[in-house]
Amino acid sequence: MTDLNALTIAEARDKLRAGDITSVDLTEACLTAVEGSGALNAVVHSTAEIARAQADAADQRLKAGDAPDMCGIPLGIKDLFCTEGVASQAASGILNGFKPEYESTVTRQLFDAGAVMVGKLNMDEFAMGSSNETSVYGNVVNPWRGADDTPLTPGGSSGGSASAVAADLCLAATGTDTGGSIRQPAAFVGITGLKPTYGRVSRWGIIAFASSLDQAGPMTKTVRDSAIMLKAMAGHDPMDSTSADIPVPDFEAMLTGDIKGQTIGIPREYRMDGMPDEIEALWAEGRAMLEDAGAKIVDISLPHTKYALPAYYVIAPAEASSNLARYDGVRYGHRAKLGQGDGVTEMYEKTRAEGFGAEVKRRVMVGTYVLSAGFYDAYYNRARKVRALIKKDFDDAFAAGVDAILTPATPSAAFPLGQEFDDPVQMYLNDVFTVTVNLAGLPGIAVPAGLDQNGLPLGLQLIGKPWEEGALMNVAQAIEDRAGFVSKPAKWW
Amino acid sequence: METLSPMSIDVETARRVAKLARIKVEDADLPALAQDFNRILGFVEQLNEVDVDGVEPMTSVTPMRLKRRQDGVTAGGMQDKILSNAPDAREGFFAVPKVVE
Repeated sequence: MTDLNALTIAEARDKLRAGDITSVDLTEACLTAVEGSGALNAVVHSTAEIARAQADAADQRLKAGDAPDMCGIPLGIKDLFCTEGVASQAASGILNGFKPEYESTVTRQLFDAGAVMVGKLNMDEFAMGSSNETSVYGNVVNPWRGADDTPLTPGGSSGGSASAVAADLCLAATGTDTGGSIRQPAAFVGITGLKPTYGRVSRWGIIAFASSLDQAGPMTKTVRDSAIMLKAMAGHDPMDSTSADIPVPDFEAMLTGDIKGQTIGIPREYRMDGMPDEIEALWAEGRAMLEDAGAKIVDISLPHTKYALPAYYVIAPAEASSNLARYDGVRYGHRAKLGQGDGVTEMYEKTRAEGFGAEVKRRVMVGTYVLSAGFYDAYYNRARKVRALIKKDFDDAFAAGVDAILTPATPSAAFPLGQEFDDPVQMYLNDVFTVTVNLAGLPGIAVPAGLDQNGLPLGLQLIGKPWEEGALMNVAQAIEDRAGFVSKPAKWW
Repeated sequence: METLSPMSIDVETARRVAKLARIKVEDADLPALAQDFNRILGFVEQLNEVDVDGVEPMTSVTPMRLKRRQDGVTAGGMQDKILSNAPDAREGFFAVPKVVE
């Protein structure tokens, strides 16, 4: 029999409802896995006592026959989500000791549906990073290893979520995605990760990075699990004025796997110079899988693609510099020890110098620069206009009859931890295939589709129309069905 | 249309930006910071190639009217909770170093 912690959400739900297993047993299996996972550094705050109480309550609901799909399902929660009474510090030293007095809308909805929190998960500081090496808690390690056993990155920023799900520490996890932070790590560890349409999921209580780009989503073992979990996370929230007041459909019911007659676009601008042959080959395989499923494949053009990363690296730091202005040592978190005669300005400057890591400081200062007098139009407004053109590229493709777009998820497989980059821009290139989707506000999903020559997972990305996550996941299901990706990392930790 | 200037960021500009961002940066670290700025801003300079004349900045994914609600107090009366995470709270207030001389 499969270990309980290795079950999918759908499998566990059915077994829980049938009375074959209890949430208490399922939760204990995950907590045991968490205890033995120190080498991965994925779980940074264990919440075993909360988990046991939640599991108990879930079993009562299951017995009473009042059990939503997520009832009794053990989850990991990214440290970016505020969880009442539980450390929530966005993997930053500046929020050291912060225990929110409130619950984020996403976690409240999940807990109301009966989900169980096994722990808070590691991430890049303030979700700024693509390798989970900027965390105050230290690096997360990918459960997958290459031929020479070099420790690999799980990607970022949701690296703890990716590592925890791939290593079966929990059945699924929450992630957030500002430029690729759900999809890139999902691809690096061989799981499914969905970034919903901007506005599908409330951002209230999620520590803000770049508010016009941030969106929370599920990171799961299967497409079906993403459908189940998204339904519990989504919906209008009066506390987030950008959350959309449109109905949340039964995404799982839309997973027929039938995509006959649908048109899938292959954007030529995503064929990058120097792209590894195996990424190219994987993309061609994905195309063949969708053809096999009865879809019509067309070549399309998204002409402004190459400007997406530069636009992102103006807009995201600008919004971050504004959002992170609140960390001033007054209301929460860290305050620097002050010297004789230090005033409030010294308090701000020392607190922020001590509390923020190098990458966060870099982005806050770049954001400050592009918003400063004389540069606002030249950088920030220009980037926002380019963003509109990037969105128009997608609008045009959809208007021409394209139902979804197929691309690689990442330009490479997981790379070694500790790789030195003398130029911060090199790290930014990880998000080259995913960042367009955030700028356009569209839903995107990464699905594991194969292994590279070193046995490491590779993912494909599908991009859908606004609010059509159900249809998008149905196309992803067609890939999952044909890719037959069942590989798991060999346990070494 | 104003475009990005190809000027590079010098140490003095880096110092001014750090000050604006209220982040203390030691003098010795300013040259490396200026170099990082130049690399990132050099990268985003490509945006100059795009013709953005007549383009309106994007505001939402699909046209959407912001929800309205009654203009009323919806929360409050939680002074203890608001102050519970403060590094220094006294007598119901956040405490900070002296602001006015």
